[in-house]
Amino acid sequence: MSLEKKYQKEIKQILAKYPPEQKRSAVMPILYLAQREEGYVNKAAMQDIAKLLDITETEVASIIGFYSLYHDEKAGKYRMQVCNDLPCALRGADEFLNNLCGNLGIKVGETTADGLVTLEAVTCLAACDKAPMFQTQGPDGIKYHENMTIDKTLELIEALKRAEGEVK
Amino acid sequence: MKWSFIDNKNWPHYVVANADESEPGTFKDREIMESNPFQFLEGLALASYAVGATVAYIYLRGEFWQVAAFLDEKIAEMEKAGYLGDNLFGKDYSLKIFTHLGAGAYICGEETALLESLEGKRGQPRVRPPFPPSFGLYGKPTIINNVETFTNVPMILANGADWYKSMGTQDSAGVKIFSLSGRVRKPGNYELPFGTTFRQLIYEHGGGIQEGRPVKAIMAAGASSSIIVVDDKVLDTPMDYATVRTIGADLGSASVIVLDDTVDIDWVVNKTIHFFKHESCGKCTPCREGNYWMKNLTTRIHSGDGSKADVDLLLNVAKQMQGKCLCALGEFSTMAVVTGIERFPQDFKKVVKA
Ligand SMILES: Cc1cc2nc3c(=O)[nH]c(=O)nc-3n(C[C@H](O)[C@H](O)[C@H](O)COP(=O)(O)O)c2cc1C
Ligand code: SF4
Ligand code: FES
Repeated sequence: MSLEKKYQKEIKQILAKYPPEQKRSAVMPILYLAQREEGYVNKAAMQDIAKLLDITETEVASIIGFYSLYHDEKAGKYRMQVCNDLPCALRGADEFLNNLCGNLGIKVGETTADGLVTLEAVTCLAACDKAPMFQTQGPDGIKYHENMTIDKTLELIEALKRAEGEVK
Repeated sequence: MKWSFIDNKNWPHYVVANADESEPGTFKDREIMESNPFQFLEGLALASYAVGATVAYIYLRGEFWQVAAFLDEKIAEMEKAGYLGDNLFGKDYSLKIFTHLGAGAYICGEETALLESLEGKRGQPRVRPPFPPSFGLYGKPTIINNVETFTNVPMILANGADWYKSMGTQDSAGVKIFSLSGRVRKPGNYELPFGTTFRQLIYEHGGGIQEGRPVKAIMAAGASSSIIVVDDKVLDTPMDYATVRTIGADLGSASVIVLDDTVDIDWVVNKTIHFFKHESCGKCTPCREGNYWMKNLTTRIHSGDGSKADVDLLLNVAKQMQGKCLCALGEFSTMAVVTGIERFPQDFKKVVKA
């Protein structure tokens, strides 16, 4: 199904935010819609967006490439993005990230064997007073998890796993 | 405020709130929007009315997904109550406020890059002039301010400019939200008058340093700061824009990162360059290439494989970049490098091979 058909209502709401002759502005919110299900924007969706907004497919691809929250490749269902930028690192974020790698048995950039979590290191998320912290990017959008410990993080992953089981 | 500069011959006008908040060490706008949304939205509405804009956008960094959803609710409440929408307060004036999420790019905090991004393009800064008040969103006159600036408007209008000026210092009027982070016991946002000293911020409000250690250095404007060597005189410096300049730094966004004596400055510089290399938008050569080289050099130096010649080269690359970049990001990226190497030579001597 084309993106336009699938998210008819959402796309209409998005387009209403911008002047009709400037519908290109809708590209960012529509890209979020396009990667909602699979966690990345596939080729067909890029074509749909280009057509819908009267821009070229190359332009859509270059926007995906420019912004770090858009992805053109499949990863885990949830991207766990740990901030280890300077202020967080001054409050133990590097150690936290290392321990997390150890506990999950994966390196930064890798995905757990069950395909649930991809671990990433990111720059400042504007929560520097609540380190260690990370965000999860998944089908339900982006959520912050602050003042985290390894235990709390592993619990969160367990909860995501359980939710997964219920869906299936 | 620059609202009076807006071009009144060209219409429509737009107002945009900059909620991109991505400077490492800055986390005040998010707290304002979450805990005081109506004062912010009211300020944005007042600014829009003042310049005759009938549409205002709030550009939030993409990570503020939950904040945007929350603001959307508050905007809907205001529409329902008749504070936003058509024919407001019986006047021939309508206003709509929309949120717009970015998608992870620090450069989109730079106002012209933000406008490009809002237009659905890659967020790269424009060549200026022209400036947004004459050529902004969709080429139309646009006022763009930070979240905190808009949030201050309702109180200033209600109590008068004299009231606001009664706080702060001669140079910097009023109050400021200081984002305090790093090795302090109680990091967080503290709204204090300009002129509060570093010592008051760190010790009275921030609870002092973890394990009671001494402060070694301060970065007063996030990762874009020059690194200040701390002594008693520095701690007693009042934080306003003019006075902080006299100690070789800028107050900028007032994001105060505190480094204690356990922190090595070569590590700090490695962290800041990792950030800027990642965030350089690539539009101009000095910033793109300079950050590439600085990243290689700081990585090598910090890992212990560097030589004194590498440190000299790093300093040289940073200095070569200064004054040559299209936007301030390029300049920002050199600040910690230059001041780190010049003010903390022993930290670099310690890690390089003899
Ligand atoms: C690289 C760069 C990043 C910036 N990031 C932000 C930001 O995240 N938030 C912000 O309000 N201003 C940011 N600015 C400053 C804006 O360009 C602009 O000056 C500001 O929004 C004006 O608001 P004010 O006058 O109300 O402070 C940034 C500037 C540069 C050069
Ligand atoms: S200085 Fe850096 S961020 Fe600014 S326009 Fe040039 S490449 Fe882009
Ligand atoms: S440095 Fe991690 S949130 Fe700011």
